[in-house]
Amino acid sequence: MKKNIILAGVGGQGILSIAACIGLAAIEEGLFLKQAEVHGMSQRGGAVQSHLRLSSTEIASDLIPEGKADIIISIEPMESLRYLPMLSPDGLIITSINPFVNINNYPDLELILQEIWKQPKYFTLDADAMAKECGSVKAANMIILGAASPYLGLKPQSIENAIRTLFKNKGEEMIELNLKAKNAGLKYVTENS
Amino acid sequence: MQKLLLLGDEAIAQGAIDSGLSGVYAYPGTPSTEIMEYIQVSKESKSLNIRAMWSANEKTAMESALGMSYAGKRALVCMKHVGLNVAADAFVNSAITGANGGLVVVAADDPSMHSSQNEQDSRFYAKFSFIPILEPTNQQEAYDMIRYGFDLSEKMRIPVMLRITTRLAHSRSGVIRKEVRHQNELKLPGNLRQFVLLPAIARKQYRELLAKQSELQKLSGESGFNYYQPGTDTKLGIVACGLAFNYLMENFTESPLPYPLLKIGQYPVPDDLVKKIYDDCDEILVMEDGYPIFEEQLKGILNLGKPIHGRLDGTLPRDGELTPNIVAQALGIEFQVGKEIPGFLKNRPPRLCDGCSHNDAFLALNEAILSYGKGRVFSDIGCYTLSALEPLESINSCVDMGASITMAIGAADAGLVPAVAAIGDSTFTHSGITGLLDAVNNNSPITILILDNSTTGMTGGQTSSAYGKVEDICRGVGVKEEHIRIIKPLRKNHEENILIMQEELAYQGVSVIIPRRECIQTLNRRMRQQAKIKSLEII
Ligand code: SF4
Repeated sequence: MKKNIILAGVGGQGILSIAACIGLAAIEEGLFLKQAEVHGMSQRGGAVQSHLRLSSTEIASDLIPEGKADIIISIEPMESLRYLPMLSPDGLIITSINPFVNINNYPDLELILQEIWKQPKYFTLDADAMAKECGSVKAANMIILGAASPYLGLKPQSIENAIRTLFKNKGEEMIELNLKAKNAGLKYVTENS
Repeated sequence: MQKLLLLGDEAIAQGAIDSGLSGVYAYPGTPSTEIMEYIQVSKESKSLNIRAMWSANEKTAMESALGMSYAGKRALVCMKHVGLNVAADAFVNSAITGANGGLVVVAADDPSMHSSQNEQDSRFYAKFSFIPILEPTNQQEAYDMIRYGFDLSEKMRIPVMLRITTRLAHSRSGVIRKEVRHQNELKLPGNLRQFVLLPAIARKQYRELLAKQSELQKLSGESGFNYYQPGTDTKLGIVACGLAFNYLMENFTESPLPYPLLKIGQYPVPDDLVKKIYDDCDEILVMEDGYPIFEEQLKGILNLGKPIHGRLDGTLPRDGELTPNIVAQALGIEFQVGKEIPGFLKNRPPRLCDGCSHNDAFLALNEAILSYGKGRVFSDIGCYTLSALEPLESINSCVDMGASITMAIGAADAGLVPAVAAIGDSTFTHSGITGLLDAVNNNSPITILILDNSTTGMTGGQTSSAYGKVEDICRGVGVKEEHIRIIKPLRKNHEENILIMQEELAYQGVSVIIPRRECIQTLNRRMRQQAKIKSLEII
């Protein structure tokens, strides 16, 4: 088993919670894991990405080689396209369609979505609306995680356990909200694939 | 033993805690910050009473750690690469005093300048100082090397550098812990003159330091961090230092590496290992995730021997971080990259947070300075450096910690009056106070904005040494009371703030304006914590 995952978003959007969930689940399954994060200056509203690698055998590089990513998971549509050179020819993009506009020359959203829809495999989700329906827009990242969950090579139970562990200190209500969001994302991709 | 999922920085921190650390000293700086942060929140560290507080700057941190080593206990100092410039005086001389308790200096380099103004390679400093270097390739090695480093330091009575780069510092992986070791007892150096670098003593100790080098080389060959691995294709031999090893191996996951390999993780590198690969192979390729230091040594100025490839002859790029693809290219391995980034995509550079106090301070400054014209604002290192970019475009320099005040002095001396300095509160106590003293003694016609957001914002909100002390320090240094002006950078105070700035810009001496409002990020964090405490009380 070997999975190369690019997580993409904007500093402060919470891609590291997705990374942490996948990481915890991978550890529970006894997999090797490397996860390169971006800290520091770019976290101030800049483009951020994380390289996440899971494998049943030891992993050499912290960075995924170009063209070798199996999945791009993004919480922002434009950011999902920034890492196209990393994606393998039959790679999958899972992204939210909700733009995070903090630059004044943000491209036309329609143009962005058209480009994503041109890729061989993708899921585009209105994660903000789905999260709101689950109880809070803040859980949008868990919608995206849920949508990605069948493609990570991990057991559903380990992902659920990871969410429980991650939100343990925030109370049962938060755990339930995040699980609900994860399940909503999962349901979307099961029904639409 | 227990397996933890840790960042490279955290592996170093946990490794130090488990190896009998007594104190850690540091100034925040990406990518080294998380080492101190981890030790500060660690329950084990608290129960072991490990000293873990931020220092005013890297030099004070290095010296405090040297003091702890003098007293026989194990000390860790952490800094980013440019921090080592600040600590250099203490660092270089600590090689000559030598250590008593184990002393490890972590220098976190930033090739590709993800969060820095240069990509200097700290291994140069260690070589220049005759200090041994450990360079881990992964998180587990980082954990293991800390313990080895303390032991090496105590055995050879010398400080040891642990050199990491951003990629390892901020990458997470599984780390297996070792048994926890006790701290050292208080124990003075056997020779009470060991740390007295009077010329007569220093000369003797310097000769001892030089004499230690051959033993250090020998130990580098025995530790297992350096090794030679023969190969079937001797047309090329590969020397891989630190993380370069990972990028090399990433290209040989399916098939074994055909070339002989010298893996380097500890310096000084043993001559016999170098000779072995050189003799066995027709040509050598040196891969370093940093400057071509080893390559330059191997090549010499004239390169009269076998061809040596690497960053100097363009086989690898001359600057920037290595990647698996760069290494593949150097080896002529074909690879398929994904699609190109669509042309309409826009860059998303970092920016000040919404509601950041710096924004209001610079909006006021931009207007206040309008009549004098642009190009006179010297600034410093922190979130506010982002005000160089659109839309603010307020500042004209960012060089090194504290340089804003002193550059303003020089520019004013040259006739650029008024000159303005803009420096954060934490940067001010790091390296700005001495510059302010110069300005006062010189009666320079400069206006200094000490942007007081009550934290070290850029690195994530660590306690600032300046907290609650800024105006007292200015008074103490000799700035006149009536020219210390505290303002609140808020939109509703905009007009009033412009007027105050204009008054001080017109003054022909040193003025200090302190725009004071807490960083939005730390404020929000505090509010969340308070809310949590309140809700706990209700329960
Ligand atoms: S972290 Fe604080 S100081 Fe830095 S940009 Fe954000 S609000 Fe401003």
